[in-house]
Amino acid sequence: MNLESVIGITKKRLFWPLFTFGIILLFDFLAIPGFFSIQFRDGNFFGRPVDILNRGSVYAILAVGMTLVIATGGIDISVGSVLAISGAIVATMLGSGFEAKIPMLLCILAAVGVCTIIGCWNGLLVSKIGVQPVVATLILMVAGRGIAQLITGGNIPTTQYQPFTYVAGFIPGIPLPTSVFIAAVVVISALLVTKKTALGMFIEAMGINSKASRFSGIKVSRLIFMTYAFAGLCAGIAGLIACSQIKAADANNAGLLIEMDAILAVAIGGTSLAGGRFSIGASVIGALILQTLTTTLYALGVSPLALNVVKALVVIAICLIQAEEFRKKIAEMVYRERSVKNAKA
Amino acid sequence: MRKLKINASQFSLLITILLFIALFAAGSVKYPNFFSLQVFCNLLIDNSTLLVISVGMTFVLIIGGSGIDISVGSVIALVCMASAWLCQNTGLDAFTIMGLMILLGAVFGFVQGIFITYLKMQPFIVTLAGLMLARGLTALISENTITISNKTYVTLAQAKIHIFGTGAYIRSGVIIALVVLATAWFVLSYTRFGRNIYAIGGNEQSAILMGLPVNRTKVAVYTLSSMCAALAGIVFSLYMLSGYVLHGQGMEMDAIASTVIGGTTLTGGVGGVVGAFFGVLINGTIKTIIMFQGTLSSWWTRIVMAALLCIFIVIQRLLSMKSIEGVNSKKSNTGKLGKKTGSAAKQI
Repeated sequence: MNLESVIGITKKRLFWPLFTFGIILLFDFLAIPGFFSIQFRDGNFFGRPVDILNRGSVYAILAVGMTLVIATGGIDISVGSVLAISGAIVATMLGSGFEAKIPMLLCILAAVGVCTIIGCWNGLLVSKIGVQPVVATLILMVAGRGIAQLITGGNIPTTQYQPFTYVAGFIPGIPLPTSVFIAAVVVISALLVTKKTALGMFIEAMGINSKASRFSGIKVSRLIFMTYAFAGLCAGIAGLIACSQIKAADANNAGLLIEMDAILAVAIGGTSLAGGRFSIGASVIGALILQTLTTTLYALGVSPLALNVVKALVVIAICLIQAEEFRKKIAEMVYRERSVKNAKA
Repeated sequence: MRKLKINASQFSLLITILLFIALFAAGSVKYPNFFSLQVFCNLLIDNSTLLVISVGMTFVLIIGGSGIDISVGSVIALVCMASAWLCQNTGLDAFTIMGLMILLGAVFGFVQGIFITYLKMQPFIVTLAGLMLARGLTALISENTITISNKTYVTLAQAKIHIFGTGAYIRSGVIIALVVLATAWFVLSYTRFGRNIYAIGGNEQSAILMGLPVNRTKVAVYTLSSMCAALAGIVFSLYMLSGYVLHGQGMEMDAIASTVIGGTTLTGGVGGVVGAFFGVLINGTIKTIIMFQGTLSSWWTRIVMAALLCIFIVIQRLLSMKSIEGVNSKKSNTGKLGKKTGSAAKQI
C-alpha cells in the first residue's frame, strides 16, 4: 500500500475514532488477562464486554442527541439534570412497592414526555428567542436538579417493581441487556432519519452557515428546535436506564456531569463543536471508547475520582490528533526535516 | 435634540443593581433581623470565593470566540487540597504555599490558553479536560478530607476585620476578593490590556487587522482566569480550612450564571466586573433569604437563580434585538451587532 492511500484512509470519517478504539482494545487485550472473556450464566451473557455495552448505552443514547445539537452549532449542558428528572418521575410514579402504583408504560411515557417538553423549552429559548445555547441550557442545568428534588420531595425514591429492572437488566430469555437494544433502536432510528431524509444534510448546512441555509429556504429555527427536543427525548430515555440500573432516583447525583461525558463522546467521535459535519456512528464509537476506558481503568484498580485524570489526558490527546492546526504543525515539522535531509543528500 | 442614551449593557447593569436592592429590601421587610450591616457583610464573606472566580470568568466571557472556562470549580478544589497537603506534610511557610498555588493556577491557565489559542481547540472542550484533570489530581492527592491546621492559615481565617465605628466585621477573604474586583475593574477600564480584551471580544477579525496582539491577549486572559481560580481556592481554603475532593463542585456554573445576570454576554465584547459583583450578591441574597425563611430547601436557591437567569437572558435578548433594529435603520456599526441578528446557531 502506498503512502497516499494510507493518508487517504486517515481522512475517512470513522478512521480516528475506530483507530483510538482499536488501540484501547489492544491495550486491554495485552495488559489485562481475561478482559474479553464472556460467560454464559442463567441464560444471560456476563463479562466486561457486555458490561461495556450495557453501561455504554446510556452514553451512546445521550451522545446521539448531543451530536445533532452540536451539529447545529449548539450545545446542551442540561442533559444530566434532565436525566435526573426522568428518573425522579418514573421512580416516584412507580412507587416503592413490588407492584406498580401506575402502569409502567404510562410512567415511562410520562417521564420521556416531560423530558421532551423540557427539550422543547431549551429549543424554544435557542431558536425563537436566540439565546446562546450554553446559557439557555445552563438554566435547566441549574434548575433541573431542583425540579427533580421537587418531584421526589427531597427523598431518594426506590422501586422494586420487577419489570422496570428489566430496562437496564435482562428480560428473561434474552441473553443481552435490554439497554443495548434500546440504544440500538435510538441510534438506528436517528441514523435512518438523518441519512435517508434530507434532514441530516439540512442540519449540517445549518451548522456550517445558518444564514445561508435560511436564505436557501431551510427552516433553521424549526430544525434547531427539533434537535433540542430530540436531545431532551434522548436524555429522558437515558434517565430510565440510569434509574433502572440502581433501582432508585437520586435527584442530586444521578447523571452528575454526564453532559460532559456526552459532549466528550461527541468530541472524541470527531464532530466539531463549532457545528457542521457530524457523524452519529462516530459519536456512538466515542461513547464506547469512553466506557471502555472507564471499565479498563476500573479493572486496573484506579479509583473513580482519579479516573478523571486519565480521562482528561485521553481527551486532550484525542482532540490534539483531531485538531487541524496541530496536524498541520506536525506535518510542517516532518516536511521541514525531510527537506533538510534532502538538502544534505 | 439629543436623547439620553443608555446602551443595552448599562441598562442591564442598572436592572441588576435594582434587583439586588429590591431583593435585599424584600428580605428586610419580611425578616426583622435581615436589615443589618452584618448580614450584608456575611453576604460578602460567604460569597467571596464565587466573587473571585466570577471576576476571572468575566474576562473570559468578554474576550468572546465562544470563550468559557469551566475548569475553575475544580481548580478551587485542587488548590484547597494541595495547600492542605503541603501544610500537613511539609514545613513550608503559609505564604510560600499561597504563592506556589497562584503559580500553579497560572501554569494551568497558561497551558489551557495555549491549547485554545495556538492549536485552535474549543475553549469548552479544553477547559472541560481541565475540569476533569484538576478534579482527578485532587483525588490523587487524597480522597479524604484534610484539615488545615497551619497557624498562619488559622489566624488569617479567624481574623475579624471590624468595619470602623460599627460592630460588623468581614473576614480576610473578603479583602482579597474586593482587591481582586477593584484591580480587575481598573484593568478592564483603564489599561491597554483591558481595552484589547473588549476589542477582541467585539470583533476578533478587526482586532487582528488593527494589529492588536490577539493571541497573546487570549492566552493572558485564560492564564488570568485560572489565577483567579487559584486565588479563589486560597480564599475558599481560608473559609473551609480543609481540602476535599468535592469542594467547589458546580461553582463554575454559579459563576457563569452570576456573570451573565450581571450583564456580560457569552458572545463577547460586552460586560464588566461590576455587574458580576452584583450578580454574585444577588445569588448570595437569595441564599440568605432562603436561610432566614428556614423551611425551604437549599435547592430552591438554584431554581430561583435559574428563573432569574432566564428572565435576564430574555430581557437582554429583547434589548439587543431592539438596539440592532435601531442600528440597522441608521446604517452604522452593523459589524458586531449584525452578527447577532443571525440565528443563534453560531453563538455557543
